[in-house]
Amino acid sequence: MLNHPGLENFEKITTKNIPTENYISQGHRACQGCAEILALGMVMKIAGPNTIVANATGCMEIVTSPFPQTAWKVPWIHVAFENTAAVASGIEAGIKALKRKERFKNDPPHVIAVGGDGATADIGLQSLSGALERGHNFLYVCLDNEAYMNTGIQRSSSTPYGASTTTSPTGSQSIGQQTWKKDLPAIAAAHNIPYVATANPGFHLDLMNKVKKALTIEGPAYIHIYSACPTGWRSKPEKSIEISKLAVQTNVFPLYEIINGRLTITKKINKPKPVREYLKTQRRFGHLSDNDINFIQQRTDARMAELQSLESSSQE
Amino acid sequence: MNKAKGLEVSLAIAEAVKQADVDVVAAYPITPQTHIVEELSVYVANGELDAEYVPVESEHSAMSAAVGSSAAGARTYTATSAQGLALMHEILFIASGLRLPIVMTVANRALSAPISIWNDHGDIMSERDIGWIQIFAENGQEAYELTIAAFKIAEDHRVLLPICVNVDGFILTHMIEPINFIDQNEVDKFLPPFKPALTLDPEKPVTMGPVGVPEVYIESRKQCEQALINSKAVVSEVLADWGQRFNQKYRLIERNGAASPKTVFITMGSMGETTMTAVKELEESGQSLGQVRIRLWRPFPKEEFLDAIKDVEEIIVIDRALSPGSHSGPVAQEIKALLYDQPQKPKIHNIIAGLGGRDVTVKDFKKMYEMARNNELDPNYTIWGVRSDA
Ligand SMILES: Cc1ncc(C[n+]2csc(CCOP(=O)(O)OP(=O)(O)O)c2C)c(N)n1
Ligand code: SF4
Repeated sequence: MLNHPGLENFEKITTKNIPTENYISQGHRACQGCAEILALGMVMKIAGPNTIVANATGCMEIVTSPFPQTAWKVPWIHVAFENTAAVASGIEAGIKALKRKERFKNDPPHVIAVGGDGATADIGLQSLSGALERGHNFLYVCLDNEAYMNTGIQRSSSTPYGASTTTSPTGSQSIGQQTWKKDLPAIAAAHNIPYVATANPGFHLDLMNKVKKALTIEGPAYIHIYSACPTGWRSKPEKSIEISKLAVQTNVFPLYEIINGRLTITKKINKPKPVREYLKTQRRFGHLSDNDINFIQQRTDARMAELQSLESSSQE
Repeated sequence: MNKAKGLEVSLAIAEAVKQADVDVVAAYPITPQTHIVEELSVYVANGELDAEYVPVESEHSAMSAAVGSSAAGARTYTATSAQGLALMHEILFIASGLRLPIVMTVANRALSAPISIWNDHGDIMSERDIGWIQIFAENGQEAYELTIAAFKIAEDHRVLLPICVNVDGFILTHMIEPINFIDQNEVDKFLPPFKPALTLDPEKPVTMGPVGVPEVYIESRKQCEQALINSKAVVSEVLADWGQRFNQKYRLIERNGAASPKTVFITMGSMGETTMTAVKELEESGQSLGQVRIRLWRPFPKEEFLDAIKDVEEIIVIDRALSPGSHSGPVAQEIKALLYDQPQKPKIHNIIAGLGGRDVTVKDFKKMYEMARNNELDPNYTIWGVRSDA
């Protein structure tokens, strides 16, 4: 069922059975309206207490672990910026060996690696690729706020076209970011791993079900989570969820999952809203002309059409 | 111990790692380390070693995975050389900062450019301040034995630090030597299973690697440094215990040769054996000299070193690495700094020899001695054997 034998008895998360426990405590130091910490909290709700987290350097690492405080109720380790998938590999391998040698008594925990888009798409892409290819049983979560926020809003390869950042500033000779967002979920999927998905905290049930599937299926899983960042996007903190929803409703960030190579769009948008509505919520796009916006609209439509055709060809 | 068996030293090191019953090996191949990790992967494939072999995609990930598995409570081993060690650089500090007792063999090799696969100590000397225990083996037997002992030292709860055993690339790693292997049950008695102090266990959640705000960073570094300083006593203790059990005496600093020599060579690693041959031959011709071997490089055994040279008039420090722009090689810098405070100082000569695998023979050491006696060496340091036609 659900394209994977591991999901035969899959019990869906609904509004009625959302776990009430949180594993990231209140009092962390994320900015107001940070959707990255919100998404991470949702991931952890589903993962539950029998989980080990390896966190790359970045916002989430910083805001949750200023010694002597910690927001983490599960075992957590931060090693460096670019290697969190490798650290997770080591944890998984270590527990596997200890379990086999009967020195780890309980059920093997979930191993979750967490990184920002910089940690994942840029500096850590090699270690991610290595870990996915080796087939470790772990979940990699990329929290994509579309720039290096922890160091002050520098561009990453996941920054969207046209966004102004501190290293892709808009100017008389520049529109801001001049490249299109790197397609990381496609790169993850090219490793032929059993589970890849995109998610968004504006669609919390969809997100949580994806995390649950990813953790249920044996082998490596990758979830790419759109994470609104009011500080870096220069948007209103109270609008983060609205913006998150708009990203999906405009097809800027489509929600889909790829189970054993079969792609399904999990949130079908019948009448997509114009991208303009999305772009105008964030001052990082404030400088874009009508022409620029039209261009973004065209590419967004084309990308969506591509995805739809991928869906229909993979469902055949 | 059993009867000696002729074996390539790399394979003897792999045997030591197997006998230590490691749980995880995470490694990436690089000459001249390859034979060690290839052999370990064969052991795992044959079921002779019950471990996870993680064939990572880089040395950076090898050390990162080692950090992860050690933090999960698994006995963890890796090995590398030169470019691989340099690529690990960032994570080496984190391994010691997180107090993880990872054991690593460094098959010492020159750093690029120009690329060279041959031996010198440039790789490890660039990692002097990583906060790891650093030991140098002189021969194959020692490389085998110190590898087993390394686990016991690193995992001691008074230490809990990573350790690297330095083995000269090719000169030792690829040499076939007669090795006395220790019975497995003796190894088991010496080295109990790893009992970590803290692990990533959901039953008792801990946060590892948090942000070190200015109010705590210094204290945290100080604690790591203190652990490294304290480890000297544990290294001595473990090696003394080893001597009792297996009849091999390994001191932190070793002095050989004449009873009260005028001159001593100071060496690290495999050069010690060649130097000793030169020392013996020179002694036969009536010279009074000896040799001091530094086995433990970090923490530097100050007292033991000073004791070893206390009655000496002149020392010839052989460095196998260059410290460009400095006044001497790294070992000589260490010794000069140490001697500054001493009331009586021997005359110090510094020779940088054997870079990038250049052979240094008995004849070379004799010539060095002669030049030192005749005051023909550069007062700072002399790079040995640079061809004048080059
Ligand atoms: C090797 C290395 N290079 C650079 C840095 C500096 N640095 C720390 S976090 C970060 C950006 C993090 O960006 P991202 O992964 O997108 O996460 P975010 O903070 O946006 O959540 C950078 C550049 C570092 N810690 N290590
Ligand atoms: S900068 Fe952005 S991602 Fe980082 S904590 Fe603030 S809102 Fe969250």
